[in-house]
Amino acid sequence: MDLQIALLLGQDGITNGAIYALLALALVLVFAVTRVIFIPQGEFVAFGALTLASLQAGKLPGTLWLLLGLGAAVALVEVASALRDRHTRRIPAILLLNCVLPLILAGLLFVLSPANLPLALQVVLSLVLVVPLGPMIYRLAFQPIAEASVLVLLIVAVAVHVTLVGLGLLFSFTFGETLLQGQTILVVASSAVLIVALYFFFERTIHGKALRATAMNRTGARLMGISASMAGKQCFTLAALIGAFSGVLIAPITTIYYDSGFLIGLKGFVGAIVGGLASYPVAAAGAMLVGLLESYASFWASAFKEVIVFTLIIPVLLWRSLKTHHVDEEE
Amino acid sequence: MTRNRILLAVLLAALALGPLVLAEFHITLLNYIGLYAMVALGLVLLTGVGGLTSFGQAAFVGLGAYASAYLTTAHGASPWLGLLAGLALTAAVALLLGAITLRMGGHYLPLGTIAWGISLYFLFGNVEFLGGHTGISGIPALTLFGQELKSGRDFYYLIWFVLLVLVLATRNLLDSREGRAIRALKGGALMAEAMGVNTPRSKIVAFTVAALYACLSGWLYAHLQRFVNPTPFSLNMGIEYLFMAVVGGVAHVWGALLGAGIITVLKQWLQDWLPGLFGQSGNFEMIVFGLLMIFILHRAREGLWPLLLRLFPGSVAHRPPPAAAEPLPRRTLPPAGTPLLEVREASKRFGGLLANDRMNLTVKAGEILALIGPNGAGKSTMFNGISGVDPVTSGSVSFLGERVETLPAREIARRGMSRTFQHVRLLPAMSVLENVAIGAHLRGARNFVHAALHSERGEEARLLHEAAGQLVRCDLAEHLYDPAGSLPLGKQRIVEIARALAADPCLLLLDEPAAGLRYLEKQALADLLRRLRDEGMGILLVEHDMDFVMGLADRVVVMEFGKKLAEGLPDEIQRNPLVLEAYLGGVE
Amino acid sequence: MSALHEHAIHGDRPVVLEVRDLAVSYGKVEALHGIDLRIHRGEIVTVIGPNGAGKTTLLSALMGLLPARGDIVYLGEPQGPERSVESLVRHGMTLVPEKRELFGEMSVEDNLLLGAFDRYRGGHRDHLETMDQVFEIFPRLQERREQLAGTLSGGERQMLAMGRALMAKPRLLMLDEPSLGLAPLIIREIFRIVAELRKTGVAVLLVEQNARAALQVADYGYVLETGEISIEGPSATLASDPRVIESYLGLGGRH
Repeated sequence: MDLQIALLLGQDGITNGAIYALLALALVLVFAVTRVIFIPQGEFVAFGALTLASLQAGKLPGTLWLLLGLGAAVALVEVASALRDRHTRRIPAILLLNCVLPLILAGLLFVLSPANLPLALQVVLSLVLVVPLGPMIYRLAFQPIAEASVLVLLIVAVAVHVTLVGLGLLFSFTFGETLLQGQTILVVASSAVLIVALYFFFERTIHGKALRATAMNRTGARLMGISASMAGKQCFTLAALIGAFSGVLIAPITTIYYDSGFLIGLKGFVGAIVGGLASYPVAAAGAMLVGLLESYASFWASAFKEVIVFTLIIPVLLWRSLKTHHVDEEE
Repeated sequence: MTRNRILLAVLLAALALGPLVLAEFHITLLNYIGLYAMVALGLVLLTGVGGLTSFGQAAFVGLGAYASAYLTTAHGASPWLGLLAGLALTAAVALLLGAITLRMGGHYLPLGTIAWGISLYFLFGNVEFLGGHTGISGIPALTLFGQELKSGRDFYYLIWFVLLVLVLATRNLLDSREGRAIRALKGGALMAEAMGVNTPRSKIVAFTVAALYACLSGWLYAHLQRFVNPTPFSLNMGIEYLFMAVVGGVAHVWGALLGAGIITVLKQWLQDWLPGLFGQSGNFEMIVFGLLMIFILHRAREGLWPLLLRLFPGSVAHRPPPAAAEPLPRRTLPPAGTPLLEVREASKRFGGLLANDRMNLTVKAGEILALIGPNGAGKSTMFNGISGVDPVTSGSVSFLGERVETLPAREIARRGMSRTFQHVRLLPAMSVLENVAIGAHLRGARNFVHAALHSERGEEARLLHEAAGQLVRCDLAEHLYDPAGSLPLGKQRIVEIARALAADPCLLLLDEPAAGLRYLEKQALADLLRRLRDEGMGILLVEHDMDFVMGLADRVVVMEFGKKLAEGLPDEIQRNPLVLEAYLGGVE
Repeated sequence: MSALHEHAIHGDRPVVLEVRDLAVSYGKVEALHGIDLRIHRGEIVTVIGPNGAGKTTLLSALMGLLPARGDIVYLGEPQGPERSVESLVRHGMTLVPEKRELFGEMSVEDNLLLGAFDRYRGGHRDHLETMDQVFEIFPRLQERREQLAGTLSGGERQMLAMGRALMAKPRLLMLDEPSLGLAPLIIREIFRIVAELRKTGVAVLLVEQNARAALQVADYGYVLETGEISIEGPSATLASDPRVIESYLGLGGRH
């Protein structure tokens, strides 16, 4: 390997590593606040990328149908619970948020021809289509069992993952060419901007602090009026935003299929585990390491790239295991 | 004959007669159900019983399949050698993965197994001598009693025989000393440690056994198909195995069979039907499975087996107490007056808080020492420090003349100290008898292989006899087979005492034993504790009911702000102005 | 109690919280039964009683953390079964729990800020002024405003927990064992502050094991024993009642 190749591989590794780092942050956040190990994180990456691709190809993205369907399901559940608690005044807002707005979005997509819109608008449209799926999934799959054990939540997360992958295939996403240039710099710069934005959100805003507070002490947060379901919806929204945004960023440099998200998400996971699912900076650093390792591994032993990346988790777990000393009691 | 025996007989008859009437297609389906059920059975042990889980079981199936496929095709080895190699390899991997991940929080094992499942899948697909993605073909058939098992019909009886043996072995294992230790992992690890159970070892046993079941299934699969490629060992299949266990009923051995049956048949049907409906091909059944899983975990977390049982209500037979057996050997108690426990200058710090501040106390054989003090004075913290559940930060704890402050709780238990907990730590779904038998864990020695073969029945009978004896002694004889969680809280506390006594301790630590008891029950408890003291046991007691304490204790130690405030005879303590201040508050 | 007597004690201040025949069960075990309780605006009411009497259970039930049976009327509104912690917080009920439940890895200032979270979300932007008021009450917190809550001493933690609750501008402040594990000097300081809170018009429900200190600041007291209210009355009367001492040291059955 000469220097130039090494540099190219390093550049590649940093690009992917930046994406993995974003995902790792989302995973740590979701776990800290809701105790959900969010296996479907990668699906948001795929959905983001494929939605943008569909828009550019002038097709209706399948995520639209997902949004309409999940919106209707959430509305149904929420209306039923509002009727049960005799809070009928809430019903119009529920319907507006979960049914009317998605329908307006659908109308817009039919009227406009998204392929001719400027790229920035296409990106915004993609995010608007994908991000609401996060809180909707939280409401349907996780909120009713928010008090369950980590293990049950994990199994549900895996069930959500296989459902989303199946639906992804059903809505037959197609991959098209996108037209971004200078992607590497863009990926790294955008990731950096997003990380800084997240830092400000968590350190400087009261809503960000409320999420951190929930992660630290659930009872304490409840006594402040920070409800667990609100915190859950907020962090799933953030996770979906981070996922979809990552998808939009890597769409032009990686071939994305309906099921590609899983492996991408899992590489974020390896990073998150390096950080013990608790430390944001260590998770981000771990994810960068995964990106670099993957990049150099693809040069030396491309067939074994995935094996090497996922075997990395063993020494990492060993290291973490030697650092913990106590008998864990299931919460 | 009980309901269960009738159902079992019907099932066995149906299985035995099946091949005589069923078409080839149905035989194949049943073969697969049997193979999948073996893997799901391992998950029942691991997830439903042990509270751990794995998404990587398919990879263990793959190890079993590939090990034999490679050895038989490349080296002409016997399939039986292939089986042994597969089992050895699987055990090694499971022990390694387990050793690494099981020390940490419960979610690291499933995450580790996801990574391991993916790695192994890609490894199978990329290693040349394993045939890459095309796989290995030409695997020889199995020969059993001189008979070559060439068709699915030939294989049918072997698969179902192996499965039923595994079901039996699993049931045996769960109904044993080792099994109780595994059952305690889910929600009772801390208690089990304090009773002397090596919980990391129990976790590794459950994980390794589950992996070996998967490996066996893989070996059978390879010789049934006579061909392997990486696809059936992917992570997706690992997820499907877990779905089978959860759908069927993850805490029930027969749930594994039910779940494997439902998912396999449903998959067959959906794969025929869904692509037509959607007008394209793909694994759409996973959408249905995913939604089904979410629904089941929301609405029927125990799975379908318990629901099915409710359709066939059986009569609850009255069970006699365990048969008499030779009593277990007992520890010789030190003579009365011998110092048992000596705590010197023990402190416990939580962050900025000093919960115990240079505490000193001594408990002698044949005396009852009461530890009292206002809420938050640090009494339970002191208990945890003494019993090794949450070790002291500094100072020393000596038990029978030996320093124990750095030993794990199970080692301290082994030396003859036993305890109860302020917040009752029983396994609510387990019978009272079995809960108490966990206390006698260290008095048995036979391991899980003996348990699976039920060759430890002699020892088991002695353990259960001991547990029943302690329950009789504590006046709980009529509750032997009730689920512990169904008892009122006061009685649950007494079950905790019986469990501690089953360990045959020389020092008993009781954390608020009288809370929630009625007057007569308190008197009975006081009588029991006096009897134990007179037999030479030392008792350290935390209690809020002053009436109870003052009438019972030989000496009293009062704690406040983590420190010892006073020590003396009950009458002295009641007249001590400092103590009155501590209880009523000393602010003028 | 006669209406006249009632008036003499409470004046014509409105009732903030009224509880009738409250019962709480854990599974089959009834932890509280037949509890009647009333708190007026600007009044300090204490519930004292020995360990394990059910004092914390009472506060958890009032705060909506535990399901309870019986009638609870808060600010004139009967509370239905769908009441939640969040809705009670919105209506000015706060609890300073026994374990304090601080956000250990956050600064004192951020802990206080989150006390005002619900008001902030409701559109109020006066949290900085409220924080200044809290700093006036607890000058120690101002000195420590940058420090992480997890590194505070026991007394400072209690002050922060109280200050955080005051950030919500509560109508009813419930304190669970504020003296727990604190040295006498600090307990005195905490109780002095509780007494001063009366001037702000907030109603205080003080649950304490430390009976003398509690009865000294409170207007009215209840003694809770094994899940029931055994004695009630004006604090001064309770403080000299020998039955209070008996219930604490368990002398009742022996003498």
